[in-house]
Amino acid sequence: MKQSTLTIIENAPLAKNVFRMRLAGEAGENRPGQFVNIALPRLFLRRPISVCDYENGVLTLIYKTVGRGTGAMSLMPAGEKLDVLCGLGNGYDLGAAGQSPALIGGGVGVPPLYYLAKELIKKGKDVSVVLGFNSAEEVFYEEEFRALGCGVAVTTADGSHGVRGFVTNALPKNASYYYACGPMPMLKALASWELPGEMSFEERMGCGFGACMGCSMMTKNGAKRVCREGPVFKREELLW
Amino acid sequence: MVNTKVDLLGITLDNPVIPASGTFGYGYEFAELYDINCLGTFSFKGTTRTARFGNPTPRIAECTSGMINAVGLQNPGVETVIKEELPKLKKVFHKPVMANVSGFSVEDYAYTCELLDKEEQVGWLEVNVSCPNVHGGGMSFGTDPKAAAEVTSAVKSVTKKPVIMKLSPNVTDIVAIARACEEAGADGISLINTLLGMRIDLRTGRPVIANTVGGFSGPAIFPVALQMVYRVSKAVSVPVVGMGGVSSAEDVIEMMMAGASAVEVGAANLTDPFASKRIVEALPAAMEKYGIASLAEIVGRAH
Repeated sequence: MKQSTLTIIENAPLAKNVFRMRLAGEAGENRPGQFVNIALPRLFLRRPISVCDYENGVLTLIYKTVGRGTGAMSLMPAGEKLDVLCGLGNGYDLGAAGQSPALIGGGVGVPPLYYLAKELIKKGKDVSVVLGFNSAEEVFYEEEFRALGCGVAVTTADGSHGVRGFVTNALPKNASYYYACGPMPMLKALASWELPGEMSFEERMGCGFGACMGCSMMTKNGAKRVCREGPVFKREELLW
Repeated sequence: MVNTKVDLLGITLDNPVIPASGTFGYGYEFAELYDINCLGTFSFKGTTRTARFGNPTPRIAECTSGMINAVGLQNPGVETVIKEELPKLKKVFHKPVMANVSGFSVEDYAYTCELLDKEEQVGWLEVNVSCPNVHGGGMSFGTDPKAAAEVTSAVKSVTKKPVIMKLSPNVTDIVAIARACEEAGADGISLINTLLGMRIDLRTGRPVIANTVGGFSGPAIFPVALQMVYRVSKAVSVPVVGMGGVSSAEDVIEMMMAGASAVEVGAANLTDPFASKRIVEALPAAMEKYGIASLAEIVGRAH
């Protein structure tokens, strides 16, 4: 973990209620699947946001405006400075991927998979991505994943773009492993997929670095902190 | 040169700054960030007789100038704490530590304290009769003077270490509880634990916290804590450890002027992992600004 003062260099809408923020500065080490925790003016708790990309010292975050914190974030202009705790959580286990990993993302669970896909492709993996959204106006990063060289399938619940239905309607055949991030119903549905894999969770957090026990969840290996031992957990550890 | 040293029940602290229980784990997470030996001491995560997972999530809610938590005393149980956590703590912290204990019966408290009494590094036992997040224990002992006194006597009979009773603000008369603890043999009093609080999600119409209510802490509660520290420290002759919304060196000084011999820092550690260190470092300049040569001299100045 590193506490950094980062400067907003871009903050713009990407899809319905979804924004992309780019931050520059000394952000330390940030691996795929890790998150940052951002202090916001006039709000007490920091807001944890997954890392969508980190390259050449620029940190990319994609977030949905769901409450006061992310609402305030969406109004911040370029040039503003933010107090950010960087490099939080365990991140994905890239070594487990096999040759043809599948990356399954739902809604704002999609962003951390972008950085993961990029790193897996650098390792010469054949990456398939399934991106699930509610409707066409919420879809983002379909082209960005294609540009990386991934096989991309998009599903929408209302059928307005791509395959109608949920990510489970478009799972790739012959995948070697999976990485998933998305809403709880999606993760639950994936639990029955007969394939080794790992899932990234979210929870309301107090500190984000393991001190308060605010985000604990029970696993087969006992109580774990989503912020510290997680947010990524192996499929076989999970209790449903 | 200003003097930040204070005495807490026979042990000299380099400064009065003490990260509060539940905001500092068993110390080693913070030791990765800075040398925690700069602290006066710290109060480790509330420990119970047996392991507890705590409450369902969400356990955390945002508030104006503060937060609500309903963790519910998640901890691995006293035996595991002694076997696994304290050896790790010892590697990174070389001063006496404050052991925070909670329970669900008088026997629980005594059992846990008796085991921790044998631990060399434990300097003080801080006995929490004020946890708002568990049923049938915790705070129920701290809302009745008789029950608080009973826990105090039971703990005192199993330990030679100084016993500090940690009180709840969720009572009609905190002074009466403090006096009952003092009469039952408490060596010190610490206050305040969190205030009961609640938030509702406007979209769902449901409580944000899975346990419905939780403990409210953060800068918003500082004035409430200050008046309780003031009234209790005037009413008892044992030392008082003050806490509640402390987030700056100035807050530490104010709390001491209200009557605190030492000061705990809670929620501030969660929003800024370096908060306690920054407060320690800011103390000398703040003391100079207010013409304070020695912190020990200002305890209860407002009385």
